[in-house]
Amino acid sequence: MVEVGIKIGLSITQIAVVMGVVLLTVMFLTLAERKVIGWMQDRMGPMEVGPYGILQPIADGLKLFFKEDIVPAGANKFLFSLAPILALVPALIGFAVIPFGPNLTVEIFGVQFQPFVISDINIGILYILAFTSIGAYGVILGGWASNSKYSLLGGLRAAAQVISYELNVGLAIVGVILLAGSLSLVKITEAQSGWFWNWFIFAPPFPQLFAFVVYVISSVAETNRMPFDLPEAESELVAGFFTEYSGMRFAFFFLAEYANMILVSCIAATLFLGGWNAPAPFLQFHGSWANLAWASGVFWFTVKVYFFLFLFFWLRATLPRLRYDQLMRFGWKVMLPIALGNILITAIAAYLFPRG
Amino acid sequence: MSGAELLLDYLTRYFSVVLFIVIALGFGVVTLLASHLVQPKFPETEKLSPYECGSEPFSDARMPFPVRYYIFAMLFVIFDIEVIFLYPWAVVFDKIGLIGLVEMLVFIGLFLVAYVYAWKKGALEWD
Repeated sequence: MVEVGIKIGLSITQIAVVMGVVLLTVMFLTLAERKVIGWMQDRMGPMEVGPYGILQPIADGLKLFFKEDIVPAGANKFLFSLAPILALVPALIGFAVIPFGPNLTVEIFGVQFQPFVISDINIGILYILAFTSIGAYGVILGGWASNSKYSLLGGLRAAAQVISYELNVGLAIVGVILLAGSLSLVKITEAQSGWFWNWFIFAPPFPQLFAFVVYVISSVAETNRMPFDLPEAESELVAGFFTEYSGMRFAFFFLAEYANMILVSCIAATLFLGGWNAPAPFLQFHGSWANLAWASGVFWFTVKVYFFLFLFFWLRATLPRLRYDQLMRFGWKVMLPIALGNILITAIAAYLFPRG
Repeated sequence: MSGAELLLDYLTRYFSVVLFIVIALGFGVVTLLASHLVQPKFPETEKLSPYECGSEPFSDARMPFPVRYYIFAMLFVIFDIEVIFLYPWAVVFDKIGLIGLVEMLVFIGLFLVAYVYAWKKGALEWD
């Protein structure tokens, strides 16, 4: 019985730490985005709150927490309150299967414990795909329940866009699963150890470069970010599906968007760029330092994730928004054939030149 | 490992996932409730009316919308189910050899027929 108690305690601590890190990263990202875009446009970004504006996210968070939550007349009150939670929770729980560092097992108080992954389930990537799809319900319910025309249009657009690009995400991942022979994110990362040419983006027999490009573009579209932010296009739909939201409920949609960005960055780093593996074996702690290897693992994982997060900001500062028909045509007529062709070629190449 | 141990291993793995879902839900509900307790509440008719560029809303917001959205939703369901069938095949690809490869080529061929049909029918056009 004591063992079970210790195990649950360890699990709860781990979950609290992961959620804390994710929420802190979201706070940091809201500031980083404004700063990075500011610098790209030759501005300073926020400068007022604290030195160089570093306390801006705390000020924003406190303000939203103490603001009135307005429920518009004619709104469906229950769905209106449910939608922000439905959007946020799926974005958070995806992190349950992400390995943040090497696959270690340590013993704490006589209990086996994996410090860098909350749960290494053997359907990891399927679990993430299944739960992130629920996030689309939050968006469309929020749009419908608000009783506003802008919200409804934004919600519909978001739903159609998310499902179209989710298909491409699903297809792009198949090539990686085929080469790794597992759905567990820990096993997929372990299959990419050694030098950087073992990462699935470069790996023989068929580099997953096309799948990588399809995945990155589709995940930008799935998170409703620029240049695919049509559901919340401010110049035509005010704020899209969260036009009528205010206070903490608005903050939840905001949190969900940024948590989703971090999640897709983690998946991209794990599937295509080798997760916690260093680009070269000598770039991590080895030899007499080998028991510190986990620190370099976490470091490389963080570097890769932040590379993708920076890419999100960069795209937003660079590209104009697409038209809706262009967006759908691009998803169904360009990305889908590329992803499908990638699966065919990968399968034939993997049959002719089996790995190891 | 024996059957019972294997089952226990599975349950402990999924237990952490369920725990995470419960904690994330709890975080959401508690934060909303806490914010509900401290925030001001001054409802007014003007403030509660849905936003419509400052003018009075002139019709029900839940208006009919284009049937296009339904077509794309149906296409998504069909294609997504086919994608899900590709996952188990990709996992065991090393073990099923040539037969597995050929069978999946036939399956993807059928997928392509449906895809070309939808394309030719104009179902992938937005206008």
